[in-house]
Amino acid sequence: MPANIFPILAAQASPEVIDRIPSSYSHFVIPFVAGITFFLVWIFVGFIRVLIQLNHDDRMKFWTSLLNPITAGKNIRDLFCDCLFHTKIWQRKPLLGYMHSAIAFGWFMLIVLGHVEVALFVPKHLSYGEGGLFYPIFYRYFVWIRPGHESLRGAFFFFLMDFFLLYVLTGIGLAMFKRFRSIVLGMRHTTKPSLADRVALYSLWMIFPLRLLAESFTADLSGGSFLTLGMNHLLHFLFGDKLYFQPFWWAYSICLGTFFAAMPFSRYMHILTEVLWILFRNAGLKPSHPRKGVAEAEIYACSSCGLCLDACPMNVQKKNLKYSSVYFIRFLRRHNERKIAEIADKCLMCDKCHALCPVSVDAPALRRAQRQTTNDHLPYDYSYLATVPVKLYEPATPRHPEPATPRHPELDSGSNSSKVLYFAGCMSHLTPRIIKAVEEIFKKAGIEYVFADREGGICCGRPLLLAGKTEAAAKTMDANKSMIKASGCKTLVLSCPICYKVFKEEYNLVGIRVVHYTQYFKELIDAGKLNVGKSQEKIVYHDPCELGRGCNVYEEPRTVLRQVGDLVKAGHEYDESICCGGSLGSLTLSQNDRRKITDAAIKDLTVASPDTIVTACPLCLKTFSERSTVPVKDFAEVLTTHCA
Amino acid sequence: MVDFGFGLLASSRINLDLFDKEKFDSLAAAEPDVRKCIACGSCTAVCTAGKFTPTSLRAAIEELQNGRDEVAMNMLKGCQLCGKCTMVCPRGINTRHLILSIAKIYSKKK
Ligand code: SF4
Ligand code: SF4
Ligand code: SF4
Ligand code: SF4
Repeated sequence: MPANIFPILAAQASPEVIDRIPSSYSHFVIPFVAGITFFLVWIFVGFIRVLIQLNHDDRMKFWTSLLNPITAGKNIRDLFCDCLFHTKIWQRKPLLGYMHSAIAFGWFMLIVLGHVEVALFVPKHLSYGEGGLFYPIFYRYFVWIRPGHESLRGAFFFFLMDFFLLYVLTGIGLAMFKRFRSIVLGMRHTTKPSLADRVALYSLWMIFPLRLLAESFTADLSGGSFLTLGMNHLLHFLFGDKLYFQPFWWAYSICLGTFFAAMPFSRYMHILTEVLWILFRNAGLKPSHPRKGVAEAEIYACSSCGLCLDACPMNVQKKNLKYSSVYFIRFLRRHNERKIAEIADKCLMCDKCHALCPVSVDAPALRRAQRQTTNDHLPYDYSYLATVPVKLYEPATPRHPEPATPRHPELDSGSNSSKVLYFAGCMSHLTPRIIKAVEEIFKKAGIEYVFADREGGICCGRPLLLAGKTEAAAKTMDANKSMIKASGCKTLVLSCPICYKVFKEEYNLVGIRVVHYTQYFKELIDAGKLNVGKSQEKIVYHDPCELGRGCNVYEEPRTVLRQVGDLVKAGHEYDESICCGGSLGSLTLSQNDRRKITDAAIKDLTVASPDTIVTACPLCLKTFSERSTVPVKDFAEVLTTHCA
Repeated sequence: MVDFGFGLLASSRINLDLFDKEKFDSLAAAEPDVRKCIACGSCTAVCTAGKFTPTSLRAAIEELQNGRDEVAMNMLKGCQLCGKCTMVCPRGINTRHLILSIAKIYSKKK
């Protein structure tokens, strides 16, 4: 760096301080400078590499997102909330949140305030030629107070620095405690650290106590406040006046240097990568490869905090801990292909780890990208889709001869105003009680509708997407799209959350409202088309993964259920709800493991001893029905029994 | 040829010499459930793709054991992985993974 990149910097130190070492150099800074230089070069190269790996569109999206004021505002908010304050952890586990924010925000403030002190008192040292790289870090070593010139602003900074140092130290204390007694901080499982993690971890633990010691030794000369001055008096009391401070500055510098040198190989890399991931995330970038580009930023943004361990439903059995997202990401970092493939196929894609992750690492999306690498090219032949009649509801070859005319001429003529299309989907066809109930409600509310796949249709494409067969899914979706377009409908009602998610997110049905039946029936009740009566039935509602976490539909079904019965709470609800275990997301999870998950979910749902478990997904319905002693009903079914 | 109103069916004789043990073993290693099938045909009865194109997991498993790999593959190439067969299989077979594994192993040319 050129010496005078800040030519405006005043050359004079402020009168309150002594610029003790005008050369602005002492040998002890070498370890720190070496470590931080290595680290800065590493992240610069990494950043360039990630940018190169992005495809052209993503790169353009990224740059333009930075200029967009709305995304920019979101970026700033997320950077503060996620990286510094860790608000998401606070919300779930306050003590753990305190620990993370104490270390992150406290350290950030120490760095910022250190720079402000330099800028105020010895501004020329901000320039890199004058030690700017390390000067603000070791400020107390280089600059002492001029006796008799103490000022209020000086004392103010001493106080702030001590305050934030104490803040960080409490966080570090908790971190040490957590290593040994994680349960106190509300975590059942913690991750096993790797070697680099350990090196970085122990140096991180040492940095701040050493800083405290180093600064305390000279606090009477270099200035200090309640913490460092207090320590200083204690040290003088214990050891007299012969205090050798140099070794502590060396040790402090060595620990910092070690930490920064180990950081790129450890989980602590997340501290910086998180920033890039937040920018990518807010720009709407999605990983298209499990390892490169967006994915690289994402996997290095994972802090290995292990919150996803407790989140994952597979972990009702300890042996399945190894399939959690945190380990998946660790293996992605280490390029352990065999493990990567195995873990990717195991996951239920329930999205809970993503929903609860403090940095929103979308591990299920990474798994999908991984599955794509192994499954997308597998042979298939969908030429038959061209022969599927677009008007499925008019059976091309009627099995029963009677309906000679189209069943629903009103839609075809376009004269009717309702234009509601109901698509049941594969799964609902195996649980016809749902279809029966849905049709009954349509009838009661006087809704004219067309049942798109009364005679059976093709799949919605979501199971193919989940299996990583993206191209095959696209063909399937195209076929469905022409069917829906041809119907001329204005509203598409789905009774399966799996269908709902994919129709809503991937189909891009312009001019057609896509709704889940829980939403649609709530509207019917609100509009007075459907009259429901309240009963004493104690109901617990299970949030299907694809509906709740998948599409953010939590309130509509609850509002309706509160109107028909006594809605009681489950152990885990909303985005913390537990997958039923039947998910199509997993490719390899055994029946036995699934059953354990189902049992755990049922146990959690029945903590308030409800009369009925209600869900709004055919797959959950079937899965729970097989194992539950409490009756399991579908949302529509419950509604039919309670409406006039 | 004179049309007699009936014809001869193509040979359905099974030639077990064609059975590829190596491939079938690797299939069973990838998805052991393949050995659990009792050929009940539930999967075929509910099959989504089967409504539009000949698709049958039951037949595919049988054909693999009969050494007719090509026929088996054709039986599954229209599958949409919808999972209905998983839901109905009385043996609890992980049908979707089985179908993917068949595609993976039998699409490899020797
Ligand atoms: S994926 Fe998220 S929740 Fe899991 S360890 Fe990483 S940062 Fe924590
Ligand atoms: S998506 Fe669900 S099953 Fe998969 S790793 Fe995350 S929490 Fe576990
Ligand atoms: S997963 Fe495939 S074989 Fe099974 S029912 Fe669906 S389309 Fe048929
Ligand atoms: S339903 Fe299961 S047991 Fe029956 S034929 Fe299909 S795969 Fe075999």
